[in-house]
Amino acid sequence: MNAVTENNDLSLRLTEQYNTLRDSLKESGAPVLNIHRQKAFRDFVAQGIPTRKVENYKYTNLQPAFAKEFDFPVRKSANDFQLEEKFKCDVPQINTHVVTMRNGWFYAEANEAVQLPEGVILDSFENVARTRPDLVEKFYGKLADTSADAMVALNTAFAQDGYFLYVPKNVAVEQPLQIINLLQAPKDTYVTQRNLIVVEEGAEVKLILCDHTLNLQNYFFNNATEAFIGSNASLDYYTVQNQHNKAVSINSVFVHQEQDSHLTSNTVSLHGGLIRNNLRVELDGQNCEANMFGLSFLDRKQHVDNFTQIIHGQPHCESNQLYKNVLDDESTGAFSGRIHVKRDAQKTNAFQRNNNLLLTDKAQMQTKPQLIIEADDVKCSHGATIGQIDEEALFYLRSRGIEEKQARLIMMNAFSYEVVQTIKVEPLRDRINELIERRLSGDVGRCHECAYQCDC
Amino acid sequence: MLSIKNLCVSIEGKEILNGINLEIKPGEIHAIMGPNGSGKSTLANVLAGREDYEITAGEITYMGEDLMEMAPEDRARKGIFLSFQYPVEIPGVPMVNFLKTAVNEHRKFKGEKPLTAGEFLKVMREKKALVEMDTELTNRSVNEGFSGGEKKKNEIFQMALLEPKLSILDETDSGLDIDALRTVAHGVNALRSKDNATIVVTHYQRLLDYIVPDHVHVLLKGRIVKSAGKELALELEEKGYDWIKKENGEQV
Repeated sequence: MNAVTENNDLSLRLTEQYNTLRDSLKESGAPVLNIHRQKAFRDFVAQGIPTRKVENYKYTNLQPAFAKEFDFPVRKSANDFQLEEKFKCDVPQINTHVVTMRNGWFYAEANEAVQLPEGVILDSFENVARTRPDLVEKFYGKLADTSADAMVALNTAFAQDGYFLYVPKNVAVEQPLQIINLLQAPKDTYVTQRNLIVVEEGAEVKLILCDHTLNLQNYFFNNATEAFIGSNASLDYYTVQNQHNKAVSINSVFVHQEQDSHLTSNTVSLHGGLIRNNLRVELDGQNCEANMFGLSFLDRKQHVDNFTQIIHGQPHCESNQLYKNVLDDESTGAFSGRIHVKRDAQKTNAFQRNNNLLLTDKAQMQTKPQLIIEADDVKCSHGATIGQIDEEALFYLRSRGIEEKQARLIMMNAFSYEVVQTIKVEPLRDRINELIERRLSGDVGRCHECAYQCDC
Repeated sequence: MLSIKNLCVSIEGKEILNGINLEIKPGEIHAIMGPNGSGKSTLANVLAGREDYEITAGEITYMGEDLMEMAPEDRARKGIFLSFQYPVEIPGVPMVNFLKTAVNEHRKFKGEKPLTAGEFLKVMREKKALVEMDTELTNRSVNEGFSGGEKKKNEIFQMALLEPKLSILDETDSGLDIDALRTVAHGVNALRSKDNATIVVTHYQRLLDYIVPDHVHVLLKGRIVKSAGKELALELEEKGYDWIKKENGEQV
C-alpha cells in the first residue's frame, strides 16, 4: 500500500470515528464548542494526517501514530481514582493550587491551604463553556486556526474539556498554579484536551504544567491551548513533559499578546515517545516581550519536534528563542523556528538560537530557522549548532580525577544550564535540575512514584 | 617515581617524540626546555593521558605501575597533575561544583569520606589565599572569561586542592606578567615537599629564577639532547638554542 492510500484509509477511519461520535459530542459538549466542530472536521479532512509532505510537519510523520486503534472517550469517567496514592507530582516547597486533568478531563483537586485571589477562575473548560459562554465565545478558536494545522482541526472537532484559567484585571496570582495532565485509561486511548487562558490587563500569573502517563497503554494526546495576554499583563508558562515511550503528544499553544505584555514559555521535554510542540506567539501591541525556551532529552527511538512561530505585528517588541536538545541512541529531533516581522513592526528585536548535542553517530537533528522580515529597521538573529561533547573539556575534567561517565554528565548538565536557569520559580528550577540529573544518569526522570517502565 | 624509557610518540603518523629517557625521583624538580616544536607539550600531555597521541615504542612507569594503560582520571587520582598550557573554558560548569567533584573523587580513591559543602568551602578558602585567587573567579563557570594569567593561577589553585605527587607544569609561565609569575611560583614552591616531584616545561629561564630546578633537560626534535644542573638554563638564556642545535649537527 502506498503512503497516500494509507493516509486516506487512516483519515477515513477517523472520519467514521467522528461520524459515530458526532451526536454524543454534540449532546455532551457545550454549545459554544459545538458550533466549531463541523468546520474543524472538514478542515482536518482537507489537510489529512500530517506526513513529511506537509511543509510544517516536514520532520514529523504522524501517520504511524494514527495506525493504532484508539479508544475515543467522549464521556468523563467518574472520579474513581485515588490520586493521593497513585500520584504525587512532588515539586517540593511549591505550596500551590493544584489541578488534575485525566485523559483531558478536568478533576478539581482543590488545595484548601491555597485560596485563589478574588475573581480568578481555574475550572473545567466544559463547565465554563456551558455556564459562562460569554467568557469563552470571545476567545475560543480565535487563535487556533483549524485550516492551518490538521491536528488543531482534529482537536477542535473533538474538544470537550480541559482547563479554563481566567485572571481578571490587575490581579497578580502570587503562587504558581500547577496543572497535572495525566493519561490513565484501560485501553489504548486518543485523548483530546482543550484549554483557554485569559490574563486580563495588568494581571500576572505563572502556570506549571506536567504531562504524565500513568500506565503502559498507547496514548495519542492532542492538547491545544489558546492564551490571551492583555496589555501590561504577564504569563509564565512552564511545561514539563514526562511520558512513556508509547505516548504520542501533540502540544499546541497559541498566544496573543497586547501592548506591554510579557510571556515566558519554557518547555522541558524529559521523556516521551513522540512529542510535537507547536508554539505560535503573536505580538499584537507595542513593547511586548516574548521569551520562548525549550530543552529536550531524547534517547532510544524518541522523537521531539519543536515548531515555533513568532509574529511581530507591532513596533518595539522583543522576542527571544533558545531551544536545546540532547540526543542519545537513535533518537531524532527537530527544531523549526519562524520569525515573521511585519511591515509595521519597526524597532523589532528578534533572536533565535538552537543548540544541539548529539551523543551518538545514529542520533539525528534537523534544524530549520526561517526569517521573514518585512520591516527595515529591525535587529534579528538566528543561529543553530549541532555538535558533540567538547573532547578538550572532557579531557580537562578527567585530568582532574573525574571519571569519564561523570565528566560526560557534567558536560550535558552544563549544556542544559542555560535553559534551566531561565526558570524563575526557584523550587521548580531545583526540581528540574534534579530530574535532569536523574534522566541523564540513566535513571528515568520521573517526578513521582509511579512505576512505569520505559522499555516499551 | 617516574621512569620513561625510549618513549616514541606520534600523532597522525608524524613522529613527535623520538626515544625519550627520563628518571624522576621524589623531591626533585626537573625543567624541560627547548625550542618551539621540540615536543615538550607532547611529553606533558602524554604523561597526563591525552588520547590523541599514539605511543609507538618505549615505556612509562609511575610508582611502579605501567602508566600507559591508565585512564586520565586514574592517573590524576594516583597523583599526576597537569597544569594546562591552554586551560579549557567550560561554560555552565560552576567552578565550585567542578572543584568539589574533583576533590571528592580523589578522596574516594583514597578511601576518605567526601567533604561536605561547608568543609569544602573551608579548604577552598585556605588554598585560594595561596595563589591569591579571587572569589569573584571561583563564583564563575570553569575558566569562563578568565584572563590568561587568571587561568594559570587557577591551574595552580587546583594543584593546591588536589595535592598531587607529580606535577607537570606545561608552560605555566606563558601569558603571565611578572607579579602573576611570582604568585604562581610562590604557590608551586609552597606545595613542594620531599615526597612530590615537579616537571616544569618552559621556553624561558625566567620562571626558573623562582622555581629552582635540580635538573635541566633540553629537548630537541623529540629527544633529550642535553641534561645538566640549573646552570644550563642560564646558559640557554644567554646563548639561545642555536649552539645546541649546532652541537647536534643541525643547520641553523
